[in-house]
Amino acid sequence: MSDVRVAGTGITAFGNMPERTGRDLFAQASIAAVEDSGVDRADVDAVFYGNFMGELAEHQGHQGPLMAEAAGVHAPATRYEAACASAGAAVRDAVYRIRAGAADVVLVGGVERMTNLGTAGATEALAIAADDLWEVRAGMTFPGAYALMAQAYFTEYGGEREDLAHIAVKNHENALPNEKAQYRSAIEVSDVLEAPMVSSPLGLYDSCPLSDGAAAMVLTSEAYAKEHDLEAPVAVTGTGQGGDRLALHDREHLARSPAARKAGEEAYADAGIDADDVDIAEVHDCFTIAEVLAIEALDLAGVGEGISAARDGRTTADGETPVNLSGGLKAKGHPVGATGVSQIAEIADMLAGEHPNSSFVEDATTGVAHNAGGTVASATVHVVEVVE
Amino acid sequence: MTDSQVRDEGFDEWLDAAEEGEAYYLECPEGHGSLPPRRVCPECGATDLEEVPMPQTGQIETFTITYVPTPAFEDDAPYATAIASFGPVSLTGQVVGIDPDEVADGLEVELAIARSTTTGERVIGFSPV
Repeated sequence: MSDVRVAGTGITAFGNMPERTGRDLFAQASIAAVEDSGVDRADVDAVFYGNFMGELAEHQGHQGPLMAEAAGVHAPATRYEAACASAGAAVRDAVYRIRAGAADVVLVGGVERMTNLGTAGATEALAIAADDLWEVRAGMTFPGAYALMAQAYFTEYGGEREDLAHIAVKNHENALPNEKAQYRSAIEVSDVLEAPMVSSPLGLYDSCPLSDGAAAMVLTSEAYAKEHDLEAPVAVTGTGQGGDRLALHDREHLARSPAARKAGEEAYADAGIDADDVDIAEVHDCFTIAEVLAIEALDLAGVGEGISAARDGRTTADGETPVNLSGGLKAKGHPVGATGVSQIAEIADMLAGEHPNSSFVEDATTGVAHNAGGTVASATVHVVEVVE
Repeated sequence: MTDSQVRDEGFDEWLDAAEEGEAYYLECPEGHGSLPPRRVCPECGATDLEEVPMPQTGQIETFTITYVPTPAFEDDAPYATAIASFGPVSLTGQVVGIDPDEVADGLEVELAIARSTTTGERVIGFSPV
């Protein structure tokens, strides 16, 4: 099977930009991706676009054509919605489109505008990823859902808030040199533990921020990249997706993410790698506990052992498998519909030696990106490798 | 949160029944439990689902105290949200009739439909036995 090359990447700064429209954010990211790729815009065969809550934040549905237009692309465009895994789902289908030979060049990206809703409005909007009848109407919030998982994890495997705090500290540290990151400030464990509680046991610094931002990539077939002499040494070599019951209370296990495990196993098999081959990972740390569940699902830590990985230095920048070198959702930010593409773009840049944190992983050849929707009723995993 | 007069068929009937102490779940021939409205067992695909009375008591499996709520619960916070298992089904609800700090895993509870202080809407509640 031919590889799907990452020809170009573009990410806006993530942050608090309430006045910027989604279309403007996507225009900026897509221009950067197209310019980085060296691909002629006219060659784009399709646009795959992720967005979660555009109807609520911008009163805007039917965003696919709008974003193609914003990017100056005359190609059919489809929006993907899988909550926080929207962009990961878009990448997956973009990869399949190219592998099928039905497209040579795909612009894939995502946008979220969130901060214009304010904290209460955004909390309400994020909650729609859960079961409205049986979860949201009982007062469950999105942080509340992850708090339920964190408490279940503590009960089953042990661990404490301080273990989670080390994840936040690590990811803030990683974001320091990342000029796209929302938070470029070092924090201490005590800052995390003393921050106001959002939903116990998760506090403000256990939670990713509300973010505005966009990310885009130009993906091409291997043949197109060769024919046009593109500098595209990194490829998406594996893709996987898993699903689960929507409501957390319907899961077999409250402290594990089987959908992410399935996505990971499928992506590893697709790429022909094992967890041992993974040099770097970008995982969906919307809350600190989510990083624990993610690295266990990806077999980067044993079940029940992910909780101590950051504290023990196994996932820090100088650890054996750095996790969230970009700063992760926690510090880089989480414009929901953009995250899945931004994770892969960050990995591609790290592997190509073009990332401010590339110096930590000079010999790295294989990265994995884990994108999760809701309480992981949707999960996508992608393997990204240096192929030339 | 839909704050309209239009009921959600299946769900609101369930709340009506629960308020009368007659809550039920749906059971398939394999014994899988699920919540309405539903036509197919999500576990095995069976379509002959039967209403079966919920067990009188359940156990709290995990819980959190929510300090930052959605606008629909802004006057209710802080409140304890929990998942409780009632035999073959589990539910998400608010733990009522107890100081949130006293809530613990394994706490035995019964269903108690409460009202949101903020909106007056019905809320699934769990009351310690």
